[in-house]
Amino acid sequence: MLFTSFSFVLFAALTMLLYFIVPGRMQWKVLLLSSLVFYALSGEGYLIFILYTALVTFLTAHVLQHRADAEDAFVEKNRATMEKAERKAYRAREKKKRFRVLCAGLFLGFGMLAVLKYTAFVIDGVRSVWTAFGGESFSIPSLLLPLGISFYTFQSMGYLIDVYRKKVRAERNFARLLLFVSYFPQLLQGPISRFGDLQEQLITPHRFDGVSLRAGLLRVMWGYFKKMIVADTAMVAIKTLVSESDVYQGVYVVLLILLYSAQIYGDFTGGIDITIGLSEMMGIKLTENFNRPFSSKSTKEYWNRWHITMGSWFTDYIFYPLSVSRPMQKFSMASCSKLGNIVGMRLPVYAATVATWFLTGLWHGAGWNFIVWGLLNCLVILVSRELEPLYRRFNKRFPRLTASAPWGAWQAIRTFLLMGLIRSLDCYRDVSLTFRLWGSMLTTWNWSELFSDGLTSFGLSQSDWAVILIGVAVIFFVSSAGKDTPVRHRVAKRPILWCALVCIMTAVVLIFGAYGIGYDASQFIYTQF
Amino acid sequence: MEKLLEILNHLHPDVDFAEVEDLYDEGVLDSLDMVRLVTEIGQAFDISIPAEELIPENFQNVDTIWALIERLDEE
Repeated sequence: MLFTSFSFVLFAALTMLLYFIVPGRMQWKVLLLSSLVFYALSGEGYLIFILYTALVTFLTAHVLQHRADAEDAFVEKNRATMEKAERKAYRAREKKKRFRVLCAGLFLGFGMLAVLKYTAFVIDGVRSVWTAFGGESFSIPSLLLPLGISFYTFQSMGYLIDVYRKKVRAERNFARLLLFVSYFPQLLQGPISRFGDLQEQLITPHRFDGVSLRAGLLRVMWGYFKKMIVADTAMVAIKTLVSESDVYQGVYVVLLILLYSAQIYGDFTGGIDITIGLSEMMGIKLTENFNRPFSSKSTKEYWNRWHITMGSWFTDYIFYPLSVSRPMQKFSMASCSKLGNIVGMRLPVYAATVATWFLTGLWHGAGWNFIVWGLLNCLVILVSRELEPLYRRFNKRFPRLTASAPWGAWQAIRTFLLMGLIRSLDCYRDVSLTFRLWGSMLTTWNWSELFSDGLTSFGLSQSDWAVILIGVAVIFFVSSAGKDTPVRHRVAKRPILWCALVCIMTAVVLIFGAYGIGYDASQFIYTQF
Repeated sequence: MEKLLEILNHLHPDVDFAEVEDLYDEGVLDSLDMVRLVTEIGQAFDISIPAEELIPENFQNVDTIWALIERLDEE
């Protein structure tokens, strides 16, 4: 069920109505029922996979909690008689046992994701090697990939790790855990919530609150605006520029980078706006996933502002555990003694960074383009880091210049273009083709075509360009105005202004977006991840 | 404490760690720094800092890092 479809609007409205009609203690049941219906309607056969993930998560967390409680009780009971060293050794032994249970749960949880998402990729690799050595080619089985599986699997496995780390207590009610895994607004494209942030809110009764409802609805409309006006209008051109990449080279690659930046921003942040807005209407506050990412002045900053919940997931559950793991610490000590402190201290951290970005790429999709995308991001981050002393010297040498607004703007534009360039791997989906097309920006000097009919040759009319440019300008303005306090919170307190804005936004979406001439509602990009 | 300050100064020679109130929020330490810091602290104090302790609250300033070292040594 598309967020942009009429059926979803009706579905969300009905859920909202039921949510506030039923007694408070029944509200979470309404959410659970809606979530299961939503997922069942999104695709035949999907439910079985999410039920499997929820069951594996529930049972593993239950065992982890049981062991942790037993461990704590034992230490408490024997505190007076146990030596400090003895207590430490006991806790270490118990932690090891719990770690094995966690590994089993992670294996079962991630295992299903791996089989469904990466089997074809692995078999394709094997086939390439096989045929290169003269073997006969064979067909690759096609497996069902349930929508949003990466999101709900990561959210569930994050919860398991939190239980193992004793950050949260395991949920004792399976239906409640199932709601955490399947909560419908965020099921298909995140944000990837943490159990400690979300679960209590899902279960706690919420009273109808006019301001929250108005602010939430405004955010939902804002999401539709971004998705339907900017993202989907740009999509038509991107499809042509990618499918006819042998024709559209040079300056058209630059245009693709700009248009795809607008599209992915409108699509992903728009979808998240709808998710967070719907939740806000019910009094549920989800974690923000974006913080004006295109104003970032460095790649590091960009990744602290773009897809924040995914970035923090990888940092907390992959990068840190890997970096401080015993083998990595041993590697660190060995490299320090052999290569000296400067190189030795860096190697393990950089190895963990490369591994994390490799997995981040793989999370986005089973393809070399995603892996190269991840590794290029990693390369930029590590190179920038090594150049930091140079930047600091430059800042000290030219303090007035580097503190000026134009310098800040240049840094933001530079970061935006660099990220856009790497992101284009996502469009062409072929690494060597993408590299060739990047090269064409230097070798095919066809900028003059922009002044003839070049801009309207790939599916965008002049009015489409106007819609995109005005849409981007509005987004930029609203985003800047809401830097400190979101605009919708101010508007929600003024019902007449709110009403006028909702009417205007609905009209704009209906006329220029969803149901305008030639509109083709498309799925959100991130649901495929 | 002196040993800790030495490690921090080695990591970022240009920062006055006694003055900074929130190393994480003020952007002095990022995730890569945290790992290098944990490795160096582990070696210097002969303790193991598990991944779950790598949270901003534990690395706000010199005092919170020192409190973490003492706690882990005690546990």
